[in-house]
Amino acid sequence: MIEVKELRRSFGPVVAVDGISFNVEEGEVLGLLGPNGAGKTTAMRILACFLTPDSGTATICGHDILKNPIDVRRSLGYLAENVPAYNEMTVGGFLNFICDVREIRGRNRKETLDRIVPMCSIDSVYHQTIETLSKGYKRRVGLAQALMHDPDVLILDEPTDGLDPNQKHEVRKLIQKMAKSKCIVISTHILEEVEAVCSRTIIIAKGRILVDSTPNDLKEKYKCSLDSVFRKITRTESASVA
Amino acid sequence: MNSFKAVFKRELKSYFTTPLAYVFLVIFLFFSGYLTFKQGFYEMRQADMSAFFQNLPLLFVFMVPSTAMRMWAEERKVGSIELLFTLPITITQAVLGKFLAAWLFLAIALALTFPMVITVVYLGDPDVGLIITGYLGSLLMAGGFLAIGCFFSAVSKNQVISFVLSVVACAILVFAGMPTTLNYFSTFLPAGLVSAIETMSFQKHFESIQKGVLKFGDLSYFVLLIVGWIAASSIILDERKAK
Repeated sequence: MIEVKELRRSFGPVVAVDGISFNVEEGEVLGLLGPNGAGKTTAMRILACFLTPDSGTATICGHDILKNPIDVRRSLGYLAENVPAYNEMTVGGFLNFICDVREIRGRNRKETLDRIVPMCSIDSVYHQTIETLSKGYKRRVGLAQALMHDPDVLILDEPTDGLDPNQKHEVRKLIQKMAKSKCIVISTHILEEVEAVCSRTIIIAKGRILVDSTPNDLKEKYKCSLDSVFRKITRTESASVA
Repeated sequence: MNSFKAVFKRELKSYFTTPLAYVFLVIFLFFSGYLTFKQGFYEMRQADMSAFFQNLPLLFVFMVPSTAMRMWAEERKVGSIELLFTLPITITQAVLGKFLAAWLFLAIALALTFPMVITVVYLGDPDVGLIITGYLGSLLMAGGFLAIGCFFSAVSKNQVISFVLSVVACAILVFAGMPTTLNYFSTFLPAGLVSAIETMSFQKHFESIQKGVLKFGDLSYFVLLIVGWIAASSIILDERKAK
């Protein structure tokens, strides 16, 4: 469902994404791991058609990100890292705006809201303006926004950042539940999250893919926890670059 | 089309959910009335709205950029531009949606000056056609200023910088056509160039429409100005949205 071919993007002299390629199929949850500045967010922004790559391309649900960006955006749900939203709007007003854009109308809209609002536990803040919400609630509103149109592909940049442990657990359960019928890419710094929800993990550093494996295979290969694996791989890379 | 409508609706609503619309309307309505009567509306002993329309360019130079400055600068600063452009919305739809919502807001502001119309109708027998063309010219001028403001709002993340740049650009287009400026230019520039400056300024086209003369040249000036700056906004936005 996602095919990434030789994506490359730089910002001035800094190469953020340096020729990454991978495929993700339906039913897979791919965890993108990497130290800060590894290029995870840039790669996700390119897939969500917010940034254009300098070279290379990707297809999502058969739509090319360069040729059909609007079709790509229709078929994916994207949660950005800092959960941007219109702060002066109420949660309800904001979700209705998303419905307008996504052409969810009439009874379908009511059903969608009835499904999504309790699923993301935002019932209690539905009439509150977004600027008054805590970080965790804002993230849940962002997640609701990404799930409104029941997309086949989900790209979630640090979906559990700022959530309390209960909410983290809920979101992970939600991801696991959706995983069977969707193709999900998440980026995270929380390695226990990778173990909990990801069927596959890619570790990237300095814009390049270092490892593409499953969390279990990695642990078996290195005979240590995922935490240690991550440190070993990314530190070796830093040392070799230095 | 639906995405355009969604952006348009959201944007128009957002003016009224923040104090911005009300502050703008109160200040605009106060000064449009104040300047009209200060200019000697009664002393002219003529039941027309020329005193009102003559002051609008000056008022718009400050008021329209203040409406336009948040258009993109805020989206970029808060980061909501990332949300907007990862939804199925093209840049053109978003720019047009926001522009037309702001233009409609300015049209509402202009419509709220209706007590002026009632006043002149009560006092005498004004030429209604002249009032209509005056409003049409004002609306087109507001659109032109707004398109310029939209461009500068896309240029900078900082609303103050966008505001100052648009005020300067609008002021240049207004003041370049003032008789005093043109007289000064004619002392050292060839007549052809002075006439070109006059043709490019707002003043000449606005005055002509305001006098009730609807010329193709004047209308196309405003249309071209709006389309040109809007197109430039789309290009600059595509270039800078993620920076």
